[in-house]
Amino acid sequence: MAATSAMDSLSSAATSAVKSLKLRTKQQELLIRVSTLCLIYVLAFSIRLFSVLRYESMIHEFDPYFNYRTTVYLSENGFYEFWNWFDSESWYPLGRIIGGTLYPGLMVTAHLLHRAISAIRFAVHIREVCVLTAPFFASNTAVVAYLFGKEVWDTGAGLVAAALIAVCPGYISRSVAGSYDNEGVAIFALLLTFYLFVKAVNTGSLSWALASAFSYFYMVSAWGGYVFIINLVPLYVLVLLVTGRYSMRLYVAYNCMYVLGCLLAMQIRFVGFQHVQSGEHMAAMEVRNLNDGEVDSYVAQLNDLQAAVVWQGIMIVVWKPKLRDAVSVRSFYEWWRRRRSRLLIIGQNSKEVFYFLDYVKHLLNDPKLFNDFLRITVTCAVSVGALAIGVGTASGYISPWTGRFYSLLDPTYAKDHIPIIASVSEHQPTAWSSFMFDFHILLFLFPAGLYFCFKRLSDATIFIVMYGLTSMYFAGVMVRLILVAAPAMCLISAIAVSATLKNLTSLLRSKSKVQAVSSSKGTSSTKASMKASLDQSLPFQRNGAITLLLGAFYLLSRYAIHCTWVTSEAYSSPSIVLAARGAYGGRVIFDDYREAYFWLRQNTAPDAKIMSWWDYGYQITAMGNRTVIVDNNTWNNTHIATVGRAMASYEDEAYEIIQSLDVDYVLVVFGGVTGYSSDDINKFLWMVRIGGGVFPVIKEPDYLVNGEYRVDKGAAPKMLNCLMYKLSYYRFGELTTEYGQPPGYDRARGVEIGNKNVKLEHLEEAFTTSNWIVRIYKSSATF
Amino acid sequence: MATSGWFLTLTLALVSVLPLCVAFSAESPTDRRILVLVDDLSIRSSHSIFFDSLKSRGFDLDFKLADDKRLALQRYGKYLYDGLILFSPSIKSFGGSLNTAAVLDFVDSGHDLILSADETASDLIRDIAIECGIDFDEDQSSVVIDHISYAVSEKEGDHTLIASDDFIRSDVILGEKKIEAPVLFRGIGHSLNAANSLVLKVLSASPSAYSANPNSELSSPPSLTGTAISLVSVVQARNNARIVISGSLDLFSNRYEKSGNEQFVTELSKWVFHERGHLKAVNVKHNKAGEKAEPAMYRINDDLEYSVEIYEWSGTSWKPYVADDVQVQFYMMSPYVLRTLSHDQKGRYSTSFKVPDVYGVFQFKVEYQKLGYTSLSLSKQIPVRPYKHNEYERFIKAAYPYYGASFSMHHLSVPQIAGQSSIYLLSSDRTNFLWNFDFEKQISEL
Repeated sequence: MAATSAMDSLSSAATSAVKSLKLRTKQQELLIRVSTLCLIYVLAFSIRLFSVLRYESMIHEFDPYFNYRTTVYLSENGFYEFWNWFDSESWYPLGRIIGGTLYPGLMVTAHLLHRAISAIRFAVHIREVCVLTAPFFASNTAVVAYLFGKEVWDTGAGLVAAALIAVCPGYISRSVAGSYDNEGVAIFALLLTFYLFVKAVNTGSLSWALASAFSYFYMVSAWGGYVFIINLVPLYVLVLLVTGRYSMRLYVAYNCMYVLGCLLAMQIRFVGFQHVQSGEHMAAMEVRNLNDGEVDSYVAQLNDLQAAVVWQGIMIVVWKPKLRDAVSVRSFYEWWRRRRSRLLIIGQNSKEVFYFLDYVKHLLNDPKLFNDFLRITVTCAVSVGALAIGVGTASGYISPWTGRFYSLLDPTYAKDHIPIIASVSEHQPTAWSSFMFDFHILLFLFPAGLYFCFKRLSDATIFIVMYGLTSMYFAGVMVRLILVAAPAMCLISAIAVSATLKNLTSLLRSKSKVQAVSSSKGTSSTKASMKASLDQSLPFQRNGAITLLLGAFYLLSRYAIHCTWVTSEAYSSPSIVLAARGAYGGRVIFDDYREAYFWLRQNTAPDAKIMSWWDYGYQITAMGNRTVIVDNNTWNNTHIATVGRAMASYEDEAYEIIQSLDVDYVLVVFGGVTGYSSDDINKFLWMVRIGGGVFPVIKEPDYLVNGEYRVDKGAAPKMLNCLMYKLSYYRFGELTTEYGQPPGYDRARGVEIGNKNVKLEHLEEAFTTSNWIVRIYKSSATF
Repeated sequence: MATSGWFLTLTLALVSVLPLCVAFSAESPTDRRILVLVDDLSIRSSHSIFFDSLKSRGFDLDFKLADDKRLALQRYGKYLYDGLILFSPSIKSFGGSLNTAAVLDFVDSGHDLILSADETASDLIRDIAIECGIDFDEDQSSVVIDHISYAVSEKEGDHTLIASDDFIRSDVILGEKKIEAPVLFRGIGHSLNAANSLVLKVLSASPSAYSANPNSELSSPPSLTGTAISLVSVVQARNNARIVISGSLDLFSNRYEKSGNEQFVTELSKWVFHERGHLKAVNVKHNKAGEKAEPAMYRINDDLEYSVEIYEWSGTSWKPYVADDVQVQFYMMSPYVLRTLSHDQKGRYSTSFKVPDVYGVFQFKVEYQKLGYTSLSLSKQIPVRPYKHNEYERFIKAAYPYYGASFSMHHLSVPQIAGQSSIYLLSSDRTNFLWNFDFEKQISEL
């Protein structure tokens, strides 16, 4: 009923209009709610179409090209071929087991959508389906946000949450049309899992928990971010346990979701048994597992696991001082349980310890005695645990704490020691400006929402608070994790907006009601009017409420405008086609990437091997249909380092590497003519660092002058003669790029290059695109 | 009319194709059309034995003066000749479109070259030789002198006509018949560029030889001495182009009748024009053991068979090549398998092995480089995939406890459920069966 009143107050004007249709209040409310939701559904989809309208219906960026390629393979060859696909076109000569190293959820989803559309006789190319998958799922996410908001707070909050998330830039950044990436469907799955789990906790129903487990399965199949769920849920249960809110509902929901979820997740090849180890050690928080298992797959899962690993660190830090006795008993209990059987323990830990303690309490029937018992057990547990760790370390069964362990505690660790992670821009820590950019007013509404949540604490609000706080932390650690925080931000902000508006409007409405009622009857029995009549004593209350309401609407409309602007300006560029403003203000399109890939497809031997920096690997295989040495699935650091080493070596040394890898063509991206700044010269120091990490002959200082990276006359001699420099600037010295500048003026770096007379011995220029962005060199194979 | 028109076109086509048929090709790799560049057309008669031997073996010699204005090696992008003989040591610059780069391009595109210099060798000739990895003595006036093994000549004390029998030991280059008489040589010596691994000494000077100006006193020790002096060298390029470089033009002349010169140059010309030592590998095949068809991909631990046929060109036909040292590698960045191929005396080499337990893109590589023979470099790419999900063993012994465990759960067991449901299904009165199995109740009792 609270929901109804909120809705009513939200749209009092509309209500009066609808009233004339002679519908009952409930029906009016339903009508408005459904139509609003429909509008939000359409809005969430259509706001993501900027890129299609500006450019064309195309796949964006890097990773989506891989997803697209695999989807096409899936639709052409069927699921079993896809599942067992050994791709010999990437990571030459190692190859890649595609089926076992990807999250198939996205491809299967797009494939099924395509099948469904074909089944109703719409002849659509699979590419169009792929392009529009992310917007479609964004709309669905909005619906889930509505349901979640309704579950956590009320329908009003649900609607606001749906509206906020439909246009939230933090989410749009990963779900515009063409951004065919795992996150597109994963955020939907993430929110759905949380919603269903909260629903299961609220109702204690097995069927909701089951639904949650299946939703979790979908999430695992779609994105490595599932580790967030499998950490957050046990942590949530733990918090409820500690705060004394543990209930049978939670027990049913958690056990069903956790056990089934784990078993289902293990069906995904890429996850496999890792999941048991990972899930186990997160829930059990056992130090032993911190050291093994997960860390080995570090490079494979990179970013996602980094989040998980950081997560563990937080848990250790937070958990140790606070949870004292009960949990230590628990871990002791688990410790010996695990000796017996590892698998069955999952999910049964919390309740059994809980009830075990309850049982002991019941047996002893004396709080003092019970405390003694606890103390003794805890001491035993700690000493046995310490002994086990000591013996394990001594015998080598437990590897000693490596440097990687510290990365759990220090998120910047990877940056200093694992360059391949740090080289990716989306792994950088988030700047304040991007928080503002991606969340706008949500940033201010979030604390307000937290306040309301704490004011009306329930199992559901505890969950959403925990989700919000943890995801905010991760969003601070890594730019791309803003995405995970976006739904939480929207939900909590929605609670703030909804609760505020509800209070304000009820103030307005009740006042007018009181006036109306008092004129007719003079008495009021409702609580609201009681409150209102009390509040009447305050001066300017009505005006204040109106002002605040107007302010809120102003803020919300600013949010809408901001979101539209951000989407249109920042997040709708496909980044494979570049656009710039010409000298006369017209739009200039640089379509060099596709030009180059098309050239490769048409002019090179079908089994030609292309060496480039790994960023372009997926695009070359997907668009150029040629074999690449390394690609964006950075699973083999040594192989990438080899390419980095080749790029950083002198030409003759590089040529030996090129020959040993059977490379036919070398592709570099060069922005000196167009002023395109994310080219290979600007990425070059990462190649040096990654190459130097494996091959110490490559030393970063050799390429710097007084710690400064330059390409002009003052550049380091090694820099001026390394392969990357030569390939980028070959014949560039003859070219006048800008009026009033000498020939060989690099527009991306704003300097005149230092080595204008580049001579190539072993490689010859094969193709340079019209704006020089992509340059392809042929390795003169036989001589 | 129509038929005669067709016939005419066909004839024309045949006529235009015919000259190509006699040219060098992969199928008959012997050179046919040879351009001979001379300083002086009298060389035709002074070296007639050599030229006649070539002509008798079916070569089509085209003599031109080296400064002929219309000289061209190619027309419309096609080479007019298969081989080039440069018997013009003193030429300063070629006529027509010919220059050093054109000669090197000619070789780079797989054609053969005989270059002969003498004491009048010009910079042009020396440059070409340097590009081939051969450095003639820098002193322009020096010749090879040997005071011990020399041939008597008209002039007393002139020991520049030297006799050498220090041949390369290779039947394929110099023929199976041993050259009995020493080769007489008058000309300049050269050394091999150490950085060039393709160039070989065919005829070296004796240990007592040195390279100096015979008409002046030695002021400093000669730079080239002893067996380091190469008199005749050959190059077998990676693209199978062959080069002979000699420091003496007289070597090829009719003058030294009783020497081994005739046999030496004839055998050498047979080699350089691909009448000997030219190998081809055909019918590279691989398949799974027991199958015929060549798969597109192998699985790890498959057994496979590999075979290749190798033939040698005898000048007129392909003969089976027989050797015990042909090896195949199964290669991915490094050889995982290295096998010596066994042969059936008819040119077919084969082996079989197990694919290693490593997936990736492998290559069957035959890298056969033998002195004097054209190098065989075969590589055939083949991906090796891991097992598919349904190719593993279905049940493994170590997992039996877990199979068992799957039938016993904590509170509910499979037999219990099965029993209850069967009782429920079998009982006629379904509302009132024996154990009132209430799932919700069981859960709440947990």
